[in-house]
Amino acid sequence: MAEIEIDGTIYQADAGDNLLKACLSLKLDLPYFCWHPAMGSVGACRQCAVLQFKDQDDRHGRIVMACMTPVADGLRVSLERPEARQFRAGIIELLMINHPHDCPVCEEGGECHLQDMTEMTGHTFRRYRGKKRTHYNQYLGPFINHEMNRCIACYRCVRFYQGYAGGRDLDVFAAHNHVYFGRHEDGVLENEFSGNLAEVCPTGVFTDKTFSAHYTRKWDLQNAPSICAHCSLGCNTSPGERYGTLRRIVNRYHGEINGYFLCDRGRFGYGFVNSPARIRKPSILGQQAVGRQAAQERFAAILKSGENVIGIGSPRASLEANFALRELVGQERFHPGFADREGALIKLMLDIVQQAPVHLPSLREIEQADAVLVLGEDVGSTAPRLALALRQAVRNEAFEIADQLKIPRWQDAGVRDAAQDAKSPLFIASLAATGLDDVAAGVYRAHPEELARLGFAVAHRLDAESPAVEELLSTADDLAATIAQALREAKRPLIVTGVSLYSESVIEAAANIAVALARLRGAAADVSFVAPECNSLGLGLIGGGDLEAAFQAVDEGAADTVVILENDLYRRAARDKVDRFLAGAKRVVVIDHIFHDTAKKAELVLPGSTFAETEGTLVSSEGRAQRFFSVFPPAGEVQDSWRWLLDAMQVRWRHLDYITEACASALPVLQPILRAAPSANFRIEGMKVPRQPHRYSGRTAIRANVRVSEPKQPVDEDSALSFSMEGVSSGCPPSLNPSVWAPGWNSNQSVFKLQDEPGGQLSGGDPGVRLIEPKVNAEFPWFTRVPGAERKLRQVAPLYHVFGSEALSMLSPPVAERAPEPYLALNPADARELGVGAGDAVELELAGVTVRLVVLLKAELAEGLLGIPAGLPGVPWFAPLSEPGSIRKAEA
Amino acid sequence: MEKPLTKNFKADGTPATLEEYLQSGGYEGLRKALAMAPLEVQQTVKDTGLRGRGGAGFSTGVKWSFVPMGDDAPRTKYLIVNGDEMEPGAFKDRLLMEGDPHQLVEGVIISAYAIQASTAYIFLRGEYRLAAERLSQAIGAAYERNYLGDDIFGSGYDLDLYLHTSAGRYICGEETALLNSLEGRRAIPRAKPPYPQVSGLFGKPTIVNNVETLCNVPHIVHYGVDWYKGLSKTADAGTKLYGVSGRVRRPGAWELPMGTTAREIIEEHAGGMQEGYSLRGFLPGGASTDFMLPEHLDIPLDFDAVTEVDSRLGTGTLILLDDKTCAVRFVLNLEQFFAQESCGWCTPCRDGLPWTVDLLQDLVEGRGRLEDIEQLERMTGFLGPGNTFCALAPGAMEPLQSALKYFREDFENYIAKKVRVAHG
Ligand SMILES: Cc1cc2nc3c(=O)[nH]c(=O)nc-3n(C[C@H](O)[C@H](O)[C@H](O)COP(=O)(O)O)c2cc1C
Ligand code: SF4
Ligand code: SF4
Ligand code: SF4
Ligand code: FES
Repeated sequence: MAEIEIDGTIYQADAGDNLLKACLSLKLDLPYFCWHPAMGSVGACRQCAVLQFKDQDDRHGRIVMACMTPVADGLRVSLERPEARQFRAGIIELLMINHPHDCPVCEEGGECHLQDMTEMTGHTFRRYRGKKRTHYNQYLGPFINHEMNRCIACYRCVRFYQGYAGGRDLDVFAAHNHVYFGRHEDGVLENEFSGNLAEVCPTGVFTDKTFSAHYTRKWDLQNAPSICAHCSLGCNTSPGERYGTLRRIVNRYHGEINGYFLCDRGRFGYGFVNSPARIRKPSILGQQAVGRQAAQERFAAILKSGENVIGIGSPRASLEANFALRELVGQERFHPGFADREGALIKLMLDIVQQAPVHLPSLREIEQADAVLVLGEDVGSTAPRLALALRQAVRNEAFEIADQLKIPRWQDAGVRDAAQDAKSPLFIASLAATGLDDVAAGVYRAHPEELARLGFAVAHRLDAESPAVEELLSTADDLAATIAQALREAKRPLIVTGVSLYSESVIEAAANIAVALARLRGAAADVSFVAPECNSLGLGLIGGGDLEAAFQAVDEGAADTVVILENDLYRRAARDKVDRFLAGAKRVVVIDHIFHDTAKKAELVLPGSTFAETEGTLVSSEGRAQRFFSVFPPAGEVQDSWRWLLDAMQVRWRHLDYITEACASALPVLQPILRAAPSANFRIEGMKVPRQPHRYSGRTAIRANVRVSEPKQPVDEDSALSFSMEGVSSGCPPSLNPSVWAPGWNSNQSVFKLQDEPGGQLSGGDPGVRLIEPKVNAEFPWFTRVPGAERKLRQVAPLYHVFGSEALSMLSPPVAERAPEPYLALNPADARELGVGAGDAVELELAGVTVRLVVLLKAELAEGLLGIPAGLPGVPWFAPLSEPGSIRKAEA
Repeated sequence: MEKPLTKNFKADGTPATLEEYLQSGGYEGLRKALAMAPLEVQQTVKDTGLRGRGGAGFSTGVKWSFVPMGDDAPRTKYLIVNGDEMEPGAFKDRLLMEGDPHQLVEGVIISAYAIQASTAYIFLRGEYRLAAERLSQAIGAAYERNYLGDDIFGSGYDLDLYLHTSAGRYICGEETALLNSLEGRRAIPRAKPPYPQVSGLFGKPTIVNNVETLCNVPHIVHYGVDWYKGLSKTADAGTKLYGVSGRVRRPGAWELPMGTTAREIIEEHAGGMQEGYSLRGFLPGGASTDFMLPEHLDIPLDFDAVTEVDSRLGTGTLILLDDKTCAVRFVLNLEQFFAQESCGWCTPCRDGLPWTVDLLQDLVEGRGRLEDIEQLERMTGFLGPGNTFCALAPGAMEPLQSALKYFREDFENYIAKKVRVAHG
């Protein structure tokens, strides 16, 4: 702590911080542009100028940039003196010289940092008489608009895109007042985090193209605190709705998870909410347009007539919806709905994290890792935001170097100049190339079993008591030694693995490394287990029989009626098996929001709501239970999945809180979920928290063409939020905060007013509760089934894609546009052996279904693997690591 | 009068050959230096008080002393010659490199030895093709004789020297932008701290010195501190290459004792003003220095004396303003250069300089308003030292602010329509 004087007032501030951050921590209003809490200071824009005094006697002071000034005891500055104010207004004046002033037609308007800063500095009068220079705008793909004339050259975009996210196709070109921020030519921005440009850019240069397609002003959006549904990380989002359609998703700051950034799948994958594939009305035997009452009656009748009803839940639905189903059918007859074998792997993972000395790190903790082994998981594709965190982790070496040279860590350019290419070690063992390879100290590509063997070898190197690996190639052995050494020497080593390869051995190898590290260090080891879906871990904790058991029950006549919750079984098991199951069951009920192949075969289809129209709790890969809230009430016959189930149960529970409570008391491990967010009874000064900003407009006009009177706002009995602009939002707990705003700060930059300090935790605590804490001194036995060196001749291997592998986001056209065409990836040697070449069409039998795929040669793909894009529409479900069916070159 | 830096210059314009260079005592300094401890060499240079000839006039020895030395110091260190010379009016470094390339090479080797650099670069302005050719030859010859390479003269000291020809931006002469450029990045300046002496090129300790600065070093080591101090007329040691451009009879550059007056330079060496022209003012050290007036002609041009009249010695290459040239157009021409050469990193410079140009343009084209002069004045403060990220913009303001001070009527006359304005 240091004592500093700002405009005559004494404050305590963190010594060594930069003065801008210190001022913002003190909640003082000081304008800035180029500084970003996650990216540090570069001193380019000169907007954060303050007057610094040498000592107590200095009356004049000199202009310094707050963002470049370290806080130290005795620092004396003024933000308010006319010299400082005039300088800051002068900077805005210059930034405005070429700015088009097109706020009325600018997508940024109303949440524009440039607008806010202009207001704040008081610059109002245009003195510049010359012409404005203009720029060419580029086509940047389906996600991002480009309107370069609005640029104020703060360099944030390139610093984020290249420096933070590792992108290569956005740069700054030319010089002087012609600096141009864009691609070298028109084209799709490649990086999976490009959407953050819309939030990082303080002006309307980079904006959300999907939002523009059905644009509305920020103040006219109805928002809610939500959780991303597109992977297991649980990034916090703030989706916005207008006129019954979801308009966009923006980042909702969470200090431990997503921080300031989302991935493009999470940001642009929301299109399914508005999709024509939505189930809007109940249907019976394919007959649309059945009323809610009729549907409820039919549901009741089906349940009543059913001899034996089983339920299949969903790892993409809330704990509450799943638990309601479990209550309906009974614990024994509930199946979480995992794909074949996936359930067993998730259980294995949970056993490890619940019994071994293993700590599930948050993304913030992952960013602190200084040696990382990624074993088997292509995180860039299965848990994108985690890849971004790992990209920051490798920078820890740079920070160490900076510390030695006494360069403050926030002095971004200085740290980078000093450290150059120095990186903390990151090792990646994968089937094929991954998006993080460019920052890896070592990559190893092999069959899953071989990856596991590498992992076991690392564990053995760390602890000789763990099982050794026979017949390991010397290259792998050397690499294992290098990895083991890096992990041993690290201050905070980290293992990342997951279930995407469907390999028990990979997970067990990771566990052995973790146990070895824990024994070495006498502390739990950080292991990040990537689960496949947004609630996989939650469903794993609820438990239940696997899908195979459900199939068997119907096959054997032990069950005749099936209720399927938010799950397309054709994505989970072989087509013929699902066909047989759905045909075998006398009566099938599907509750979902998307009309998929499973729904097509159901007798009764009930329209459930998407994440945007319902609420519930999800458990992320970190084991963090988080509540998401409906953004807008479901329209027409659509209602929450859990409500359909409650209706059928005819219990007293009417609200979400009842289910949450029942779930928490039924399953002790889920007990803490009650604390994930305040209950529906929560009030501030007797009022609910409004979802709509206080400037929300047009409520009467919305339906004026139908009726001029304003209808009563829908009532939300399930949460402490209101579908209204009335209520109190200031001081609301972070888990209930629908969107960010502060007086004078209309852009997302306002979030600092809600944080303990910029980039720190949200005041009042980051949302969610961690369910699984490590058993530090647990004795955990070694896994001993080390795979042998011999292997199957050919195996089908799943290859993942950020855009393509996840089902819901693929219903969003901009995301689908970025997905690859179905392909068969082969090592050139295998292709030769099979007599096919790049671009050839082949017919491959996958789990009984023959598909036509185009051959893609991947030199780095391990030999013997048939790489198939997992989850991609047009590619049938297949059993990963199984032997392929027939394969032959297709006729032209 | 001794002229150590230019003594080998030949009348026919060809460079001094290695033989000629050796005959005049070349590489004696290096031999001597290699027999000394690196810190001794540093001390010697420090004792002369040699000040950087690149414009800022910082003590070379003191700068060197910030480089980490000894066993704990990084093995990789760099010495870089700043041969960017894009300041309008400056051409002295070109003459040195073209006239006596071996002198610079020897200066590099000794200086690199003094800081125990492992690699040296000459960062050369791209258009200096002739200098590039001659330097390459000199470097090649030095390698052949083992003045460069491994185990120089059996001293155990290794050094590699590379010539890098720039793609050509004024900002590349700013030493930290130069480092970025040399690393293959955009030429924008770096924030200090860290200072290059500690973390410079590729994050390693680095010294950047001007061509002329380094050309002094062989002589200092060869002939000693006292000799060197005796060369100058004032407290600032050594000789200086002074240049003159403008309407004089013999524009050119001359090596003269440091502290020679502008009067001597203009009247004796440059042959005085051309027929029909008289002197109104001059920039003493290139485009980014403040005007001095005829009344300052007798001030010795050294680092300290020039500051007394609110200007800077800069590069010591004078640009003259005569009575037939409009001060506003003179400044406009310079500001166009600076606006064009702004790297685009910081707001005041990137957007302030084009506005400055616009205001001046409006003036000379008859669109000026009285308040524009105030605005120009404000601009000189706004783009002043500390307000911008590097010294380019403050440098750009120096001729403007002094023109407003000394030649204000030229500005006002445009508004009062007392001069014929240009259209277009
Ligand atoms: C815009 C700008 C351009 C510069 N150009 C040059 C140059 O061309 N040559 C040079 O030696 N110094 C130039 N300098 C000064 C250098 O930054 C640096 O001070 C100098 O190279 C140090 O060498 P010295 O100590 O030997 O003078 C320039 C500075 C600025 C701000
Ligand atoms: S495009 Fe946006 S982020 Fe990039 S420099 Fe311009 S204003 Fe800054
Ligand atoms: S990383 Fe996962 S949770 Fe986060 S935004 Fe992307 S898909 Fe959503
Ligand atoms: S003053 Fe700023 S814009 Fe101008 S050259 Fe220096 S860093 Fe670049
Ligand atoms: S925020 Fe400090 S200079 Fe840009």
